[in-house]
Amino acid sequence: MTSSEMSSIAPARTLSLPFESWQIVLRLAACVLIGAMLTTLTDSFFTWNNILNVLRQASLLFFMSFGLTFVLIAGKIDLSLGSCVGLCACVAGTCIHATGNPWLGAAVALAIGSFIGLLNGVMVAKMRIPSFIATYGMLWVLQGLTYYYMGGETVHGFPAGFRQLGSGHIAGVPIPVWIMLLFLAAGGLFARHTNYGQQIYALGANPVAARLSGVPVNRRLILVFVVSGAMAGLASLIFLARLNSAEGDIGETLILPAVAAVLIGGTSLFGGVGSITGTFIGALILTLALNGMNLLSVNANWQPLVTGAIILFAAWADFLTRQKD
Amino acid sequence: MTEQAIPLPRPDRLPGAALVIVGLIALFSVLSPSFRNADNLINVLTQSTVLLLIALPMTIVVMTEGLDLSVGAVLSLATVVLAVVTLSSGSIAAGVAAAIAIGITFGFANGAIVGYFRIPPFVATLSTLGVAQGGALLVSDGNIVPNLPRAIQLLYSGHVLGIPVPIIFGGIAYLSFHTLLYRTRIGVYIPALGGNREALRNAGHDDRHLLVVPYVLSGLMAGVAALLLAARTNSGHPSVAIGMEFDAVAAVALGGTEFEKGNGWLFGTALGVLSIGILRNGLNLLEIPSSMQVVCVGLLVILALYFDGRKRGEP
Repeated sequence: MTSSEMSSIAPARTLSLPFESWQIVLRLAACVLIGAMLTTLTDSFFTWNNILNVLRQASLLFFMSFGLTFVLIAGKIDLSLGSCVGLCACVAGTCIHATGNPWLGAAVALAIGSFIGLLNGVMVAKMRIPSFIATYGMLWVLQGLTYYYMGGETVHGFPAGFRQLGSGHIAGVPIPVWIMLLFLAAGGLFARHTNYGQQIYALGANPVAARLSGVPVNRRLILVFVVSGAMAGLASLIFLARLNSAEGDIGETLILPAVAAVLIGGTSLFGGVGSITGTFIGALILTLALNGMNLLSVNANWQPLVTGAIILFAAWADFLTRQKD
Repeated sequence: MTEQAIPLPRPDRLPGAALVIVGLIALFSVLSPSFRNADNLINVLTQSTVLLLIALPMTIVVMTEGLDLSVGAVLSLATVVLAVVTLSSGSIAAGVAAAIAIGITFGFANGAIVGYFRIPPFVATLSTLGVAQGGALLVSDGNIVPNLPRAIQLLYSGHVLGIPVPIIFGGIAYLSFHTLLYRTRIGVYIPALGGNREALRNAGHDDRHLLVVPYVLSGLMAGVAALLLAARTNSGHPSVAIGMEFDAVAAVALGGTEFEKGNGWLFGTALGVLSIGILRNGLNLLEIPSSMQVVCVGLLVILALYFDGRKRGEP
């Protein structure tokens, strides 16, 4: 791939940036607002420990939302994400538990995640199945496999070295938060400053135009799904290290918050628009909201309802923004 | 390119489901002697009716290039509401009305969100899935609401003229949807909503109003299905039908309805429902856990979609 090839797509970057940075400022303001509200309402919110805790929870959400952001930018969706995390966590968990070797578990999780991503990508790009239905079918296949594999059992108790991945600190900041910052920087650079990233925006904005201007559409589509699957694998490892256990239903409730975080972050459901920074802030906003409900001791049964309502609100805002364009 | 009229609602071939049914019946007849039993076959039909009730409107939703992921959660919520209202008011009629009202409300919300806010259906209904799931947990406090009056149980276990009541429900639903889709004006608009929305708009119709219809039907039928399911389990259960929407989507896909372009076929969906009913029944008899049953259904769907996509070729 030569770099000159993509010059025709470069203007998209200069056009969308100012608008996007404005959107990000708006979302940061929302973050601060929720934070300020929770600080006045509760004593325990504005403590160093709780803020680190929020960041750590946000990082879990961010890893899942990271890949999903690229999938949405490419104009597709990956509904199998949550159950992919579940399967990876269960297989890697039993693997680590049996061998005591976290590296093997990590390799297994990443390999399974990437492979599932590859299958999704092939179904969408090569078999031309609409992504919402292909990945929806995959969701149930993976969930069934996970339940079957676990047979109702729970694995728990992993080596202390592995658990550091979830609960350890470097310079006072949790390790998952460092990893999140690393991916935030890398993802931003990838999206904005590589041909691959720009091609993903191009094919999401207008697949036909992208194909005609030489973007290898199929390969890029498969790439975004593989990234999504691999990130699910990574997220599963952090989950394992954090929870120190895994059971069959671990992935069941994860897709809703992941979609919510991406949408709150300003990534469009219609493709071609979005950013990793936005998703990062989206994950932060959602975690703040859920953490706040927790601190205010709101019944946890409200959480799916609130998350669903947030998705609707974000999707509606997306529609209004796009209508203005 | 020649101008295409409103696409024909029936595909020009038998759906994959017909093949699947024949294959499965042959397979299970060999593997499990109790499968061939006449009682068991009636059992399959009876058990399939709940799925049929939600798969029929799902066909119409899919024909409009939509998807309703909230059905299972709405159905569960409706069983809980049915149980709570019936037990607290002592009136079955009030409980039934409440369950159906909940279904219609969610259906209307879905339709309005998809039609008026232009939010892609799978996201709109994914979020109302969350709302319904949360609602079911809140109303039931996360518990099963048991011990419904005996009269409700008759809705599932009763017979009229020797025919099990659920089968009568299924028959009436099928005929109603058949009439709606093939004999009324709305039935003409529905494939157009999926296949050629532009043409519909040019002909002076407001596609936003029309898009509400399939989702309201879907919600309504979720409410009706909740009656049967509550009668079968003798309780309201906040997660009883979670995932049932996938079986419905699977039945629609097996029935040869396309997820793009508005081609769909109610009879195909009925065959799809039957093949999933047979598959689950047979796997049950072979003592295959329900987790693996889901995997089988999922693989069948992906296979069906694969052949669908191959037929379509390049976009």
